[in-house]
Amino acid sequence: MSFINYASREINCKIVYYGPGLCGKTTNLQYIYNKTAEGSKGKMISLATETERTLFFDFLPLALGEIRGFKTRFHLYTVPGQVFYDASRKLILKGVDGVVFVADSQEERFDANIESLENLRDNLEEQGFDIEKIPFVIQYNKRDLPNACDLEELSKALNPRRVPEFEACAPTGEGVFETLKAVAKLVLNDLKKGG
Amino acid sequence: MLSSQSSLVMYDEEYQKIMILIERLLRESNAKVIFLVDKDGQLIAATGETENLDTTSLASLTAGNIAATGGLAKLIGEKEFSILFHEGEKDNIHLSIVGGRVILVVIFDQRSSLGLVRLRVKKASNELAVILEDLVRKTQDQHSEFQASPFSEITDDDIDNLFN
Repeated sequence: MSFINYASREINCKIVYYGPGLCGKTTNLQYIYNKTAEGSKGKMISLATETERTLFFDFLPLALGEIRGFKTRFHLYTVPGQVFYDASRKLILKGVDGVVFVADSQEERFDANIESLENLRDNLEEQGFDIEKIPFVIQYNKRDLPNACDLEELSKALNPRRVPEFEACAPTGEGVFETLKAVAKLVLNDLKKGG
Repeated sequence: MLSSQSSLVMYDEEYQKIMILIERLLRESNAKVIFLVDKDGQLIAATGETENLDTTSLASLTAGNIAATGGLAKLIGEKEFSILFHEGEKDNIHLSIVGGRVILVVIFDQRSSLGLVRLRVKKASNELAVILEDLVRKTQDQHSEFQASPFSEITDDDIDNLFN
């Protein structure tokens, strides 16, 4: 849940990047880290295995500037995508304000996307959140690959709620900031409604 | 007990009380650094030798640490492990859960001892829990009075400007 600090005039929000293993969650954060000005970002932390697979989470704090006199900070987290790290994924969803689901566009990962989305729904529910109500956007990553699924087919399977969706190629940054901006917007709008 | 689902709101008055309390704890326990973190990983307050410390990262990792240990606790049928202690060559970290939602972190070296830290933390935790309860009550009162939030006036332009 967001943390509003009237003493230091800050709002802190938590955004989690979710998705199947190797879909590009960490790559999204790395691109954001590389393209953000020194003063606006903190250190990026990756708790990864020796083979650079996310073990627990990646963490990137971002300061986006001021809104109505409050410093706006977003804490971006990724979850470990591999199926057997489910216990860790549940922990990272605690207190989440917005979720980005990063789908892997490759044909052979179609089922993995669906499985991961179902897993997200269950884990959110366990934390008391409803996937239908929480600020949520979908990113179709790896659009540049030759074996990428038809976009319409992906969207039909993963986005029946018609939340904002973006095509992306995380290593080159295509769609990365658009995705972040969309989820940040939904989170801030939620804050506005929730007062 | 604080609910884990409600938004955390901090006001000046409570922030000042918390700062006085953790500054006193810092002195009485001979600690190097003390900070207070929400279980979701948000830094609430910090005092001591924080200049060369990445407190944002520390807050996030502390919350991850407590969450992972809490998961372990549940697996063996415990509710949670309310105190954790990490011993290093020079510096040590003492973590304790206060009021069910907030983590009190004390970093100390050979100028102090685990016994002293535990003793002082126990006393400070009780006082801290009272302040946190007041804070929750105040937040709920403000909500029920339906006071205008500073964010109710946010426009799409405000949000767009953040990204420019």
